[in-house]
Amino acid sequence: MTKPVEQVHDVVIRFAGDSGDGMQLTGGRFTSETALLGNDLSTLPDFPAEIRAPAGSLPGVSGFQIHFSDEDILTPGDAPDVLVAMNPAALKTNLRDLPKGAVLIVNTDAFTDRNLDKAGYAANPLEDGSLGHFHVHAVALTTLTQEAVKEAGITKREAERSKNMFALGLMSWLYNRPTEATVAFLERKFATRPDIADANVRAFKAGYNYGETSEDFAVSYEVAPARLPPGRYRNITGNQALAAGLVAAGAQSGLPLFLGAYPITPASGILEELARYKQFGVRTFQAEDEIAAAGAALGASFGGSLGVCTSSGPGVVLKMETIGLAVTLELPLLIIDVQRAGPSTGMPTKPEQADLLLVMFGRNAESPIPVLAASTPGGCFHAAIEAARIALKYRTPVFLLSDAYLANGAEPWLIPDPEALPDISTEFADRPNDDGRFQPYLRDPQTLARPWAIPGTPGLEHRIGGLEKQDVTGNVSYDPENHDAMVRLRAQKVAGVASDIPELAVDHDPGAKLLVLGWGGTYGPITAAVKRVRAAGGKVAQAHLQYLNPMPRNTGEVLRRYERVLLPEMNLGQLLKLVRAEFLIDAVGYNRVRGLPFTSAELADAIEGML
Amino acid sequence: MSEGNGQLKLTAKDFKSDQEVRWCPGCGDYAILAAVQGFMPELGLERERIVFVSGIGCAARFPYYMQSYGMHSIHGRAPAIATGLSTSRPDLSVWVVTGDGDALSIGGNHLIHALRRNVNLRILLFNNQVYGLTKGQYSPTSPVGQRTGSTPMGSIDQPFNPLSVVLGAEATFVARAIDTDRKHLTEVLRRAAAHEGTAFVEVLQNCNIYNDGAFDPVREDAPNRIYLTNGEPIRFGPDGEKGIVRHVDGSCTIAEVSAVGEEALLVHDEHAEEPSHAFALSRLTLETVGTAPVGIFRDVQRPVYDAQLAGQLEVAHAERGHGDLAALLNAGDTWQVS
Repeated sequence: MTKPVEQVHDVVIRFAGDSGDGMQLTGGRFTSETALLGNDLSTLPDFPAEIRAPAGSLPGVSGFQIHFSDEDILTPGDAPDVLVAMNPAALKTNLRDLPKGAVLIVNTDAFTDRNLDKAGYAANPLEDGSLGHFHVHAVALTTLTQEAVKEAGITKREAERSKNMFALGLMSWLYNRPTEATVAFLERKFATRPDIADANVRAFKAGYNYGETSEDFAVSYEVAPARLPPGRYRNITGNQALAAGLVAAGAQSGLPLFLGAYPITPASGILEELARYKQFGVRTFQAEDEIAAAGAALGASFGGSLGVCTSSGPGVVLKMETIGLAVTLELPLLIIDVQRAGPSTGMPTKPEQADLLLVMFGRNAESPIPVLAASTPGGCFHAAIEAARIALKYRTPVFLLSDAYLANGAEPWLIPDPEALPDISTEFADRPNDDGRFQPYLRDPQTLARPWAIPGTPGLEHRIGGLEKQDVTGNVSYDPENHDAMVRLRAQKVAGVASDIPELAVDHDPGAKLLVLGWGGTYGPITAAVKRVRAAGGKVAQAHLQYLNPMPRNTGEVLRRYERVLLPEMNLGQLLKLVRAEFLIDAVGYNRVRGLPFTSAELADAIEGML
Repeated sequence: MSEGNGQLKLTAKDFKSDQEVRWCPGCGDYAILAAVQGFMPELGLERERIVFVSGIGCAARFPYYMQSYGMHSIHGRAPAIATGLSTSRPDLSVWVVTGDGDALSIGGNHLIHALRRNVNLRILLFNNQVYGLTKGQYSPTSPVGQRTGSTPMGSIDQPFNPLSVVLGAEATFVARAIDTDRKHLTEVLRRAAAHEGTAFVEVLQNCNIYNDGAFDPVREDAPNRIYLTNGEPIRFGPDGEKGIVRHVDGSCTIAEVSAVGEEALLVHDEHAEEPSHAFALSRLTLETVGTAPVGIFRDVQRPVYDAQLAGQLEVAHAERGHGDLAALLNAGDTWQVS
């Protein structure tokens, strides 16, 4: 007997379990299945910095949220419609986010006295009636899994570890996801342990069949494919997109890519990804520290490579000395800061936008640097190419900001045509530029960029360094007027980038007197909130800055068009300070630093409060 | 580093830049600069293929005076910067010039890691046991008790022995020379240039302003120098009457040859795989025995980082072809929306 299928438009599911329960893998597979089905989606992995906090403990809970829909969506969802809780700790830490009426699927086998105690439950919530507001499906996930895989010939412990695949199978049935790719994935992943692969496939199928046969589940759901722009798609996280964007920047500039990096959460994924792309001539150098990572990248730039560093705030502060050197050497260098919550070590796996003023001003003396920020996971790809373009063309270090949310969050990505990517090639100096002499600081009158003469070029031997340089010749100079001129020239050069970037686009709403201005990874929640407010009849305009320094040339004019400006940021008002200082605009901040992305609901409230 | 073509007719003069040299009159750096400029033509490389990278300090001004490519960078970071340059440009001859504070204090981490990786670099450490550019504070190689601006009652820091440090960091080429001993310094530079991997050379350099005479026992008193010659018993003194003996605990001491017999002397072996031979020699210092060995302490072969990285790129090309961007972008599960 086939169970009825209901059509729904929009679902948010959160998988939560112990760090060792494989929730990230489970969520990732559900995401792939959902993508293959053609839904639009957005994900939010939320995991602790500890690799394995004590089993069953509250700090050890790892979660993965996916929002999927038959229409265009922008966020991983504010609150789950379905929570899969693999143990009491996962239930306890996630229950507060669960709205009344939500579906709750729990692994009853994990609700032992010991686990309840670890999670701080005095009584079993499955039995004390405290979950009465939810549709609870109590499933003996572990027992059912062990039963399903007993033919696979693996240990009890290994069998128990397959329970995440049982959960995935059940959810795949509940939302009618395609299963073939997951089976193929498991066979690939465990190719060297066919018994484990077999057990995982059995658990996955058993979970699927459990949904089909158990009386506990009366109906399943379908979410139709979304109407996305035509083309070929894949899922991509921000870090994957950055890595691909850097390879593309190398290809489009015609320069070998050199990455200097030191492992740091949440940026390490870019290093690991690029280390696999040696066939593109990519050199990855895992340095002894953050300082050396920047130094090596700058050394490679001096030699004619596209030098890149990837790091996060605590690493970026260590790189600033080298970046200051790059400012005065006027060599290209791309530094990617995947921001995380701070100060100091802070919350390494959680997002924040609090490094903006650091990258703007966190160097000694006048050392301006162009700053860009990616807005979406997929957008990281084009942002990397654009940041590299500016670095190469203007011979300057450039900061590109991402954050832990963009880094790990996934979304469907319209795969770009490599043929359509911009040409960002630049020219090396190959001959004297001043009546038979080579002047390393004789600038291009248009861009103010200096010539890039790389070692190996005959006749252009020259020395550069951190000491102030005489204009044109680059010789060491302590002349007061020269220093003043050089400080201004470097500032003018960076400011001049404004003429080479697009104007700030506004999504205007006729009659709107309020503009919501955002930057970076808050694009999704802000856009969703604006949609929500407009759907309720509110008039609000939206703009999102991809270029923070210099800002687009029309920024001031855009801001002055509106009576009120709301500026949501995951910091205590950093862009707000810049906007007020730069444009004398009395913008209002909405600032939360919880280590979580904004919800569109809270932003919609903030917007409505200012209409 | 690539081989030169041997056809160049360059001289020391060709390696002098147009910049006025601004070290203090009488500084040992002048002698080292002259020796390096004198040696450069022997490399057989065009000037454009030679790069000098330095950090901060008196020694770090060196690149400005060399008519080659050069970078005067930031304090202690030269080995890191040079690592990026050398690994991405194997066609260049990359030289790092550093001092005791630059290399062993603020840049200690970069130094030891360049050495363990065996990056293709020549690192010249001018050791004068003092911070000269900042006007005379004690350095990580200053002996205990040294009175300086920052140690008015004498230094209480145990100093680094530079050669012991680099040997502990898995250095494959370790040598020492004296600033004013130009012939020997040139020979050491020749050997360093020929080495594949990181060549580390400590140059005992006199700072006549803040630490004058620090190395006088070997710098001024040539018979007191212990010249190391590969394959030969280590002897020194005006008539070779003194020598080095090694003991069962691995340590070395100085002995009268007449008392112990020539056969008891330690025979120098630059190529000993086991670094304890070089390490034991490195412990013979002005502080311990009032004299010091100079020459090549260690010269062994180990895979070079630059070549290994280039090798991995070649393997990747051979196995996976030259990168196809479209394939990279389309990796994993994809689907068509029409």
